Amino acid sequence: MTTATLAPAPAEDSRIGLVGTLRHVGALTRRNLMRIKADPESMFDAVLMPIIFTVLFVYVFGGAMFAGDQDAYKQYMIPGLLGQTGMTLALAVGTGLNSDFQTGVMDRFRTLPIGRASVLLSKIVAESLRALLSSAILLTFAFLLGFELKTGPLELLAAVGLSMVFGMSIVWISMLLGMSLRSAQAVQGVSMLVLMPLQFGSSIFAPTSTMPGWLQSFTEVNPLSALADASRALLNGQGPVAHPVMVVLIWSAAATAIFAPLAVARFRKRV
Amino acid sequence: MTGIATAPNTRGTAGNAVEVHGIVKHFGTTKALDGVDLTVREGTVLGVLGPNGAGKTTLVRILSTLIKPDAGTAFVGGYDVLRQPKQLRRTIGLTGQYASVDELLSGYENLYLIGRLLDLSRRDAKARATELLERFSLTEAAKRTAKTYSGGMRRRLDLAASMIGRPRVLYLDEPTTGLDPRTRNEVWDEVQRMVAEGSTVLLTTQYMEEAEQLANELTVIDRGRVIANGAVAELKARVGGQTLQVRPAHPAELPEMARCLHESGITNATVSPDTGLLAVPITGEEQLTAVIGVLGGRGFAIAGIDTKVPSLDEVFLAITGKPATVADTAPAASPAAKEPVA
Ligand SMILES: Nc1ncnc2c1ncn2[C@@H]1O[C@H](COP(=O)(O)OP(=O)(O)O)[C@@H](O)[C@H]1O
Ligand SMILES: [Mg+2]
Repeated sequence: MTTATLAPAPAEDSRIGLVGTLRHVGALTRRNLMRIKADPESMFDAVLMPIIFTVLFVYVFGGAMFAGDQDAYKQYMIPGLLGQTGMTLALAVGTGLNSDFQTGVMDRFRTLPIGRASVLLSKIVAESLRALLSSAILLTFAFLLGFELKTGPLELLAAVGLSMVFGMSIVWISMLLGMSLRSAQAVQGVSMLVLMPLQFGSSIFAPTSTMPGWLQSFTEVNPLSALADASRALLNGQGPVAHPVMVVLIWSAAATAIFAPLAVARFRKRV
Repeated sequence: MTGIATAPNTRGTAGNAVEVHGIVKHFGTTKALDGVDLTVREGTVLGVLGPNGAGKTTLVRILSTLIKPDAGTAFVGGYDVLRQPKQLRRTIGLTGQYASVDELLSGYENLYLIGRLLDLSRRDAKARATELLERFSLTEAAKRTAKTYSGGMRRRLDLAASMIGRPRVLYLDEPTTGLDPRTRNEVWDEVQRMVAEGSTVLLTTQYMEEAEQLANELTVIDRGRVIANGAVAELKARVGGQTLQVRPAHPAELPEMARCLHESGITNATVSPDTGLLAVPITGEEQLTAVIGVLGGRGFAIAGIDTKVPSLDEVFLAITGKPATVADTAPAASPAAKEPVA
């Protein structure tokens, strides 16, 4: 090879910078939202689940609980439902990533000069927006049914925030699933399989005191119980707040500490 | 960065848009690429010809920074695939073998998104998307989700997507495989137009005909190794160019036709009474014109004429003395082995 003259000097800066990253995340978030618009069924879980769950539990099971006091059950169950909203929608990050890898869209992104994290961040932003919308729908519906906020707007915001923080820690697990399993359907299936026992083996839908001892020991360590308890304490103003909130935060921190590096490493390897 | 930039031999040679030295890539025990060297000169089209499983996609993926080679070096636009992937990505556009458009987005939104990811302003991204939709005849479908597009439309959208950033180097991985002849011709026209505008193109294909149509230079690969390379005309001379097939209205005249051609100095015509065809190997349009001129001048009634481009198998046979080894399932059938002479 002759080296008398070299190709034009590659002097250009390869860094992307904060403004660039924000622009990329913005453009990709817009894409994720447009995808939702093109596929409205994907909004079913965000829009209909809070309504279905509320109706189902308050009117179907509610009569059998709390000695038939449906109002008391509403006050009990709805905060729990609000608590888990962030988590259920965080699981959609995994299915979304999976289908991007499957369809070759990720290949296109990977040949563009954008930061690796932008694709991921935009998924998280879009899913957070969906979780917020879902929480708003749940609360609106709950208030229509006569749910009472016994505390104030700050506590309400704190409850929504806690739900989102916990959801954010689940994003990493969801990502790992999304990148490990073959199809989006498999990701969906496995997520449900893990989610169901956690949801129902917690204090979200029923007080744990009536459960058998072996189940109680599970519900006690189940972070969803702490999440539901914290949310209830924040909205109803009854019971200790600090303890369940701390438990949720510790769980969130632990899940993030364990799964975020694994998920990011795996993502970097594939991206 | 400057340390790398000033070191010798780290940018490739001037005038070479793509330079590949001894690239090796293994997948488990499969040697997808087994020491490939090739060069694409600035402003030219290199055709990479090979059967299914030859390693074409693997090569393109390495040159697009999608996967890393196990050994060897490669430069694109002067940037090292391993050490300067970010700068390299600003230099290239890729249309992969499988369309990578977002099915749930409209054609316009697909292009606008890429414009924004390439740091165009909102206004410029919009203008560029509109311009490319127009150019690829997608304006009418611009607002429809890509899911509703035909195979050819998706291909065109994919091509448009890879051109948003006006890349210096374009990779087209089997751009017409699976397309019907009409759509294939549209894609060819578009590629020729890009080249006329100064793009450097690396194009992979399974069809000699496509390489002939689009490429200046040809690199033939088989099982991860380069088995031949050179100017298309050179390789064509080696494999024998095209064959002209003439179908007379009266098959009984076949021997008479061959005799007339022979008298006129065209000695390599063969006749096949079984198929009713007269075949003449030709290497250029003068020869084609000469044959038709002789036959027409003698008043033979001609029912039809065709030219036949050598198939990939014939090319491989000529180069290696054995047929192409097809690793994958899909057979490497030419989309249009026969093409009517205009
Ligand atoms: N990700 C992969 N994992 C395992 N084997 C692969 C992978 N990609 C390609 N191969 C193998 O490498 C060889 C070359 O493949 P490819 O580059 O796709 O060929 P082409 O594009 O010429 O058809 C084939 O044998 C193929 O099966
Ligand atoms: Mg291929």
